[in-house]
Amino acid sequence: MEQDIQTWVKLAAYSGAGLSIGLGAIGAAIGEGYTAAQANSAVSRNPALAGDVFKSMLVGQAIAESASIFSLVVAMILLFSNIPATSFITVAAVFAAGLSMGFGAIGSGVGAGFPAGAACIGMVRQPAMSAKLTTNMLIGSAVCQTPSIFALVISFILIFSDFGSHPLWPTWGAMLGAGLAAGLSAIGSGIGGGVVAGASSEGIARQPTSVSSVTNIMLLGQAIAQTPAILGLLVAFILIFKEFGATDTIAPAIALLSSGLCMGIGGIGPGIGEGIASSGGVKWIARNEKEIGTLTRTMLVGMAVAESTAIYSMVISLVLIFVV
Amino acid sequence: MAIEGADLVKAAAFLGAGISMGLGAIGPGVGEGMAAAKACEAIGRNPKEAGLLTRTMLVGQAVSESTGIYSLVVSLLLLFVV
Repeated sequence: MEQDIQTWVKLAAYSGAGLSIGLGAIGAAIGEGYTAAQANSAVSRNPALAGDVFKSMLVGQAIAESASIFSLVVAMILLFSNIPATSFITVAAVFAAGLSMGFGAIGSGVGAGFPAGAACIGMVRQPAMSAKLTTNMLIGSAVCQTPSIFALVISFILIFSDFGSHPLWPTWGAMLGAGLAAGLSAIGSGIGGGVVAGASSEGIARQPTSVSSVTNIMLLGQAIAQTPAILGLLVAFILIFKEFGATDTIAPAIALLSSGLCMGIGGIGPGIGEGIASSGGVKWIARNEKEIGTLTRTMLVGMAVAESTAIYSMVISLVLIFVV
Repeated sequence: MAIEGADLVKAAAFLGAGISMGLGAIGPGVGEGMAAAKACEAIGRNPKEAGLLTRTMLVGQAVSESTGIYSLVVSLLLLFVV
């Protein structure tokens, strides 16, 4: 039974499309459900503000939706575009593109639900702060989307680049590894960034005078919580663009696959942990603004320590790429 | 492509090293974050004890880090020794 490359690419593209939107739907659904639950709870506290809460719930849900729309776009491209295939590497690349976007959308979808839910609750607590809360929610949940944008970029590169000149062994492992590194590492940073943004919306509603320092420290915390996703993106870029010499053994291909897996899974925990650490800092800066210096310092030290395991993962994954 | 036993073992060791460090990083990352969040809470409530609280947080985080270091050691063993 003889199958040509084009058949295999179709097979990989269809499975990749299913994984992309299938996995990508998880996060947005959880995030939006959480937002709706918080909105219901808010309306029951103060039914007179139902209209405002309803509006901000919808805006928040729309942003949480964006990551899964990226997944839908990638799935559509994989289903309907005619991907030119010159080698079997393309088979691995299109499948990895689906994996990357599918995993990459989970974190941002879940994460964007937290600020939206906290803004709904905050609005009924401090109706005068509605506008500021909405702005803060919009900034916070927009920053949550960055890890999924990294995953989208990697997906597009994997779909549209031509790897025909590279040797099949071990490049196919590098392609799968790149998709896993960018996709999985985005989960942690997406959720982490969302936890920070949720704490900041809650803090502003509790203590409206703290709005400017809370928003600033939220952005700082979110930026640091993005680092595991950025490390994942870096490893993915190295895996895609480095030229690997042809081999006639399995081990080098598996090493490249494993390096992406290592950085991807290893980025999940630190991303979530840094988000939790920073949410503690932001929450208490809102309550005790006088101590902003000490709190920011402690928060940064805590986040740096939580980052360490992501660095270990990156070291192991770089060793897998460059040393062994 | 001929698959030899030694090659397969090497491939499995590489895969194991990646999975070991990857999964091993999740727990310490989340746990250290929780420790830091609670330290911020405690400093917010009682700023006078900031020094003591930061020290306690760091000791707690160092202990929580240990399993991450075990994963790193096992990964390096799989890569270079086994």
